[in-house]
Amino acid sequence: MTTTPNTQPHREPRLEEGLRKALASGPRPRRASALQAALAFGWRGMLKVKHVPEQLLDVTITPVMFVLLFTYLFGGAIEGSTKEYLQYILPGMLVMSVLFTTVYSGVSINTDLTKGVVDRFRSLPLWQPASLVGALLGDTVRYVIAGTVLMAVGYVLGYRAEAGLGGVLAALALVVIFAFGLSWVFTTMGLLMRSPNAVMNAGFMSIFPLTFVSNVFVDPSTLPGVLEAVVNVNPISILADASRGLMAGDLAGSDILISLGTAALLTLVFAPLTTRMYRRA
Amino acid sequence: MSALAIEASGLRKSFGATKAVDGVDLAVGRGSVYGVLGPNGAGKTTTIRMLATLLRPDEGSARVLGYDVVEQADRVRGVVSLTGQMASVDEDLTGAENLILLARLLGFGRADARRRAVELLEAFGLADAAGRQVKNYSGGMRRRLDIAASLVVTPELLFLDEPTTGLDPRSRNQVWEIVRALREAGTTILLCTQYLDEADQLADGIAVIDHGRVIAEGTPGQLKASVGTSSLHVRLLDPAQRPRAHHVLAGELGDEAVHLEADPAALTAACPNAARGAEVVGELTQAGVGIADFSLGQPTLDEVFMALTGRPAEEVEEIEAEEQAA
Repeated sequence: MTTTPNTQPHREPRLEEGLRKALASGPRPRRASALQAALAFGWRGMLKVKHVPEQLLDVTITPVMFVLLFTYLFGGAIEGSTKEYLQYILPGMLVMSVLFTTVYSGVSINTDLTKGVVDRFRSLPLWQPASLVGALLGDTVRYVIAGTVLMAVGYVLGYRAEAGLGGVLAALALVVIFAFGLSWVFTTMGLLMRSPNAVMNAGFMSIFPLTFVSNVFVDPSTLPGVLEAVVNVNPISILADASRGLMAGDLAGSDILISLGTAALLTLVFAPLTTRMYRRA
Repeated sequence: MSALAIEASGLRKSFGATKAVDGVDLAVGRGSVYGVLGPNGAGKTTTIRMLATLLRPDEGSARVLGYDVVEQADRVRGVVSLTGQMASVDEDLTGAENLILLARLLGFGRADARRRAVELLEAFGLADAAGRQVKNYSGGMRRRLDIAASLVVTPELLFLDEPTTGLDPRSRNQVWEIVRALREAGTTILLCTQYLDEADQLADGIAVIDHGRVIAEGTPGQLKASVGTSSLHVRLLDPAQRPRAHHVLAGELGDEAVHLEADPAALTAACPNAARGAEVVGELTQAGVGIADFSLGQPTLDEVFMALTGRPAEEVEEIEAEEQAA
């Protein structure tokens, strides 16, 4: 038996022709504006929600669980009836659910740093803070989703805002603005720490006590004097009061102003700090 | 305009007590492929990161395509691209989304960004995987996407940091083909590698770097001339015959050309060319040395280092860890 040797060498798939064309392609576009770059990074955040929905689930399920637990387990004991307690706790839970989500802004910036994709972003000719601002813009959408889910659950359980949908939307907007300010704290933390897990732990270790030592769950007048004083100056209490006011239709102007002021202050201090650290990371 | 794409002098960078880069000078001509060859932790990545404006040098200065990497960092970023050692793409996104994102960041409109992404995915043989998340890509596909991501706008200078480390031979050949096509298109490439044969295949000039310093520089030809163009590896049937084999090889090729390996039955010798290597194997058989197997190949990085420094290449692991912390 004779075999005809196959003299035709095995051909690798040819990259070359297409490659040449791709390399020769078109003129360089005009440099992206700061806004265009930030929006592109925001779009990236949206894609993350689409591809990694678990992250969003974590932060929405925890507050929903808390609402259920507190309302039905402690509600009767604290407020006398679960229905009344729900009216009290839900605006505070909105604050809590959205603020928990901010920790993930720090986690995701740290994840980026450990993965090397930041090197690519930083070697691009664009307004450098765009990646941070854009990421937080994307996160803002997540805050809105987390807040909306919580309010929907509250509605199903029987929560009714006296000020109607308008009041709820105003409260949501205020909380999201505050969250934007707070998230700069966590991005700073995200740049300081060694691993995404460390950021997550440190983040929740700070946000958890802050949330509990506030008026989110109980009326502070029932607390011992010193604790009451602490609770009353806690920015989370003030934000929760402002949200309650907006939803109930009795506006607490000073609470709203203080909350907006705190958000502005956090942004003014931590945004430049984050940007500076990011540049040197 | 300077004829040089990269001019670096006296670059230094320390992380804590570790001198990652300790006085590197480089001169890379426009349109060439320049190889930076060295073991892990020699300072290759730190050097690239300084040239790509990601790290500020402690001392020294560098100009990339005429722009100062510190004073005119933004101008440098406008003409270079970086394909880092770690995959610098977003693993959660799909291949297409990664390229569209970069195109948008570089100023393309929505439709143009999409068109450019499709074009690149096809050119890099990734069209079928366009809609899959990058975390499900093979190592070779990820590398190709990574390089494609650097070419959304064709850069004047491309930094490639160990583009084939960990790739199978087929993927490696594809990356080499891409590098050659880029060079033809006129892009200057700074290629960091641990493999002499890679530098030999692709580079016009090579700098060998060790402990943050350039210890040798030249064309691949010059470099190989200093270490011998061929390297003969012999494994003996009987380790007891190694002294005799050593004697024969030293007689034929010179004492300094022969190197005893850790394996008690193995020897390595630098030969001026492959034909001479084949002759020497014949001499060994004539002398009654039983050979289990032998191979003739290019000197490895270890052998280059042995020839240049008289000691094997050491891996310095802790630098990268320090760099992470810094």
